[in-house]
Order: sequence, then structure tokens, then C-alpha cells
Amino acid sequence: MSEIRILSATGILGSGFREETLKRAMRLKPDFIGADSGSTDPGPHYLGSGDTLFSDSAYKRDLRLILLAARAAKIPAIIGSACTSGSDPQLERLVTIAREIAREEKLSFKLGMIHSEQNKNYLKRKLREGKVRPLANAPEFNEQVIDRSAHIVGMAGIEPFVEALEHGAEVVIAGRSSDTSIFSAIPVMRGLNPATVWHAAKILECGAACVVMRKYPDCMFATVRDDHFIVEPPNPEYRCDPASIASHNLYENSTPYELVEPSGVLNTFSAKYEAVSDRAVKVSGSTFKAAERYTIKLEGAELAGYQSIIIGSVRDPIILRQFDSWLAGLTRAAKDRITAVFGTGIEAKYRFDVRVFGRNATMGPLENETRIGHEVGLLFQVTADTQELATALIKSVSHIAVHYPVPEWTGLITSIAYPYSPSEIARGPCYRFNMNHVVEPESPLEMFGIEYEQV
Amino acid sequence: MMRLWQVTKLIRSKNSGPFELTFDVIFKDRETYEKVRDAKLISAEWFARTYRLTPEVVSVIHYDAANAIKVTIPRPAISGDVDDTDVFGGQQYGPLVDLEVP
Repeated sequence: MSEIRILSATGILGSGFREETLKRAMRLKPDFIGADSGSTDPGPHYLGSGDTLFSDSAYKRDLRLILLAARAAKIPAIIGSACTSGSDPQLERLVTIAREIAREEKLSFKLGMIHSEQNKNYLKRKLREGKVRPLANAPEFNEQVIDRSAHIVGMAGIEPFVEALEHGAEVVIAGRSSDTSIFSAIPVMRGLNPATVWHAAKILECGAACVVMRKYPDCMFATVRDDHFIVEPPNPEYRCDPASIASHNLYENSTPYELVEPSGVLNTFSAKYEAVSDRAVKVSGSTFKAAERYTIKLEGAELAGYQSIIIGSVRDPIILRQFDSWLAGLTRAAKDRITAVFGTGIEAKYRFDVRVFGRNATMGPLENETRIGHEVGLLFQVTADTQELATALIKSVSHIAVHYPVPEWTGLITSIAYPYSPSEIARGPCYRFNMNHVVEPESPLEMFGIEYEQV
Repeated sequence: MMRLWQVTKLIRSKNSGPFELTFDVIFKDRETYEKVRDAKLISAEWFARTYRLTPEVVSVIHYDAANAIKVTIPRPAISGDVDDTDVFGGQQYGPLVDLEVP
């Protein structure tokens, strides 16, 4: 096999792509279609709760077009990091959608499902054996952390994909997996130079993110040969240039020169980026160093509590001129009221925070700018062990805050504008990412169960 | 006096995973990139001061292939945690925008 032609449908399944672009790309005869479906970017909620970033309808729209195109061309379709975090419930959700599509469109295929959710006893054993290592800025990790986690996933490399494809899977839907593995599995399996393949995969994994000016999510296409790959957007409105492709290595990565995968490290230090037309770029020269020890990255999330919040704003110049002392007094009064209602001892059972929009809501204590404008936004936030308690406490805050006085005005004032009735909003459970570690498995497949189904 | 935003095509911040924050400063041309790079305007010390860290935990990488400087720091809070202000880490680059360029 001298070259592999890869179609990346979109940067994240559910965000969309143009149907017309997919059709154009299919005329370029890809060897497979890949799409990532996950990210930790939107925060710990998705891994913790099993909820998904996009709606079922959005996943179904994108997956339907991918499956129809792949089955018509008799090429594999590979989806990784199912439904945001790639936990078991999210994998099941995407598989259910795939089954529905198959029924509605009368498609039939062998489906491979890769499970990335981790067994807690397995992880405890690995921890005891000294086979779990921290990555940068990792929080403390121990058996209690494992026990507290709502879900823990391992980020699969190419090996489970290769295994599923070698078993004849025509559609592979995986739980958490590295974005690049989705695109690297087939070319590495067919013997292409891993350095070229992993670099191409890094460029492809975000779909059209590597174009000069991305106006909307769309497909991307690359032709990968042993010593170079050529990337060219299938959408005629888009173009890539050497700078846009080189710049993409910066994205969501702590260094543009290295990409760490379970099986090794891609190094792009000596990569060359050359224009082959005004919209296509040839990339060559990266290297890949196999890892001494194969490692799988873990992601976990645990419950941090339940929150209720209030949104409001202040416009009175008199209040704004003494904003800090007014807010400090209000906070004290709110906490006193909570203690008066719920008794001493309540202090240890909740956390009260105020976010001040127009002052430092974005950078918090790191903000150096001290000026405030003609109004500020306030977000009161109570975190407690149950939703009932969080809401009960914030109801006390609401009334105290809205009438909190300033010395200049005599009589009862209403000092905060609340846009909603009721003013309080229950946010539900809040989660926390609680690990940044790698595990050394005995084999690359050990942590990933694969199931097959004739759909 | 030019400001950093005037000589760059992109200044951005973003999570590099939930535990790190990474900044990209991509210049419009090679000449200005090299001038700013060699003047060490964007340094571990500046980031340490601005984001209240020790310089040792700041990684500064000069990426000639894209005329870009990349800086990675530990996240001030874990993404999405109770203390966090910016889940995607996307709005932490503000202090860079109006830096004076020599």
C-alpha cells in the first residue's frame, strides 16, 4: 500500500460539516472516514455525569451522513471518544444512535465497540504495583480518589482500533481514545511510516481547524505516503498554507514540537511545510520515537457538590463607588443570616462565592485591572453537599443581598437587579477532574474491552 | 510604540488538558517575531509576575515554523472546578494584548 487517503469528517462529531463537502471528499476516494467525538475542553460535567455536549439529533445528523457515505463506498468509519468523554454510558448512547440509523437507512455492517471505562479494582492493583505515574500538575492520586470517581476512562491508542479492524469491524465506535489514534490506526496497520502518519493525524483530528480562516466546522482530507503527506481541504471555500498547517501543532498542546501518544512520541522539530498549490500543503520530516513503556492516560471526575446560583447586576453609582466595602458587608450579612437560620455548624457545610462581572469574573484573583464601569454583574454561588441545601441557603442570600444598604441612602433600597424569577437557579451536581496520570498496562489491549455486533 | 496585538495575527489562550493553560502568540511576519523573540519580551518572568507563579513552572517555546511563541503554565484552577473562572481557558490572554513591542 503506497498511500492512504483519509477523510476527517469534522473536528468533533455533533458540531457539523457540510453535506456537500462530504460528497466532494468522497469523490477523492478515501480509504476510511474518521471523526473524533470527544474533548475535555467543556469541563468535568460530561465525564462526571455521562451527559453529552451535543444533542442526540446533532450526533445523529453527522453520524448518518458518515455511515451512509462509508457504507456506499465500502470503507471503514471510525469514531473515537463517543459523546464527549467516551465513558460506557456515552459509548452506549452513540451505539444506540448508530443502530437507529442502520434501521432507518437499511444499512448493515459489523460494528466494533471499544470500551474505555476503567475497572476500579484494576486501577487499585496497578497503583499498588507502582504502575501509575503522575503527569504535569497532577492532583494527589490514591485509592480514595479511585473510589470517589463517578467515571474513569483510559485514553486508547491505535491498538484497540487495529484489533477491531482486523476482526472485520466495518464501523468502529470507541470510548475515550486519543484524537490522533482514530486517524493513525489504519495507516500504521498497513505499514506506513508512523512519523508521517501521526503528524497527519494531528492535523486531521480537528477537521477544518487547520485552514487559514475557518468560518464553520467542516471536513478535511489528507493523502498519506511513507515519507510525506499532503493536506488539502475538500471545501473549495477553504485553503491551507504552510503557516496554517504549522500553526495547528500549537493548538491544545503544551508544545508544538511533541505529541505524546501511548506508543511513543511524535517530534515535529525538523518537519518541513511546503505549499504544493495555493490551498494544499506537503508535510515531511517529522520523527517518531517508540515509547520505552507503553502508557495509557487516565481521566476521572468526581462529585464536587451541588450548586445554586443567583445572577444580578448593580447600576447605582453610589453603590459602585464603594463597591468593595458594600460587597464585603453584603457577604458578611448573608453568611450571618445563613447561620441564624440553619444554626452554628452550618459554616462547614457550604461554600459561598461571588463572581463579579465587570471587575474580575474572567481572571479572578489574578486580575490587575481595578477600574469598574457603569454597572457590574454579580453571580452568587453556593456549593453544598445536596441540591436541597444549596438552594435553601441561597434563598437566604437572595433576600439579604437585594436590600443591602449603603449609608448615603436612607430608607429601604433595592440594590440589585435580578433578571429572573425565581432569582435562584439550581445548577445540579458539579464535578471535578481528579486525575492526570498514566498507567502502564501489561499489553495495549488490556484496558479496553472490544465487543462486536452485526448491525 | 506598537502593541502586541498590532504585530500578531493571533493571541490566544486555551486549555492544554484540564491541568494546564497554554498561550499562543502568532506573529504576522518573521522579522517582528524574531525581534520580539530576541528581546525576550514574552518571558517566563513576565508570565510568572502576571499569573503569580514561579518562573520555573513556566514553559516558553519559540516555534519558528509558525513565527509563534508558545507559553504553557499550570492552570490557576482545574478546569471547571469550583474555583475556576474559565472552563475552556480561552479568555486568559487579556494582559498580553496591549503589551508594548520595542
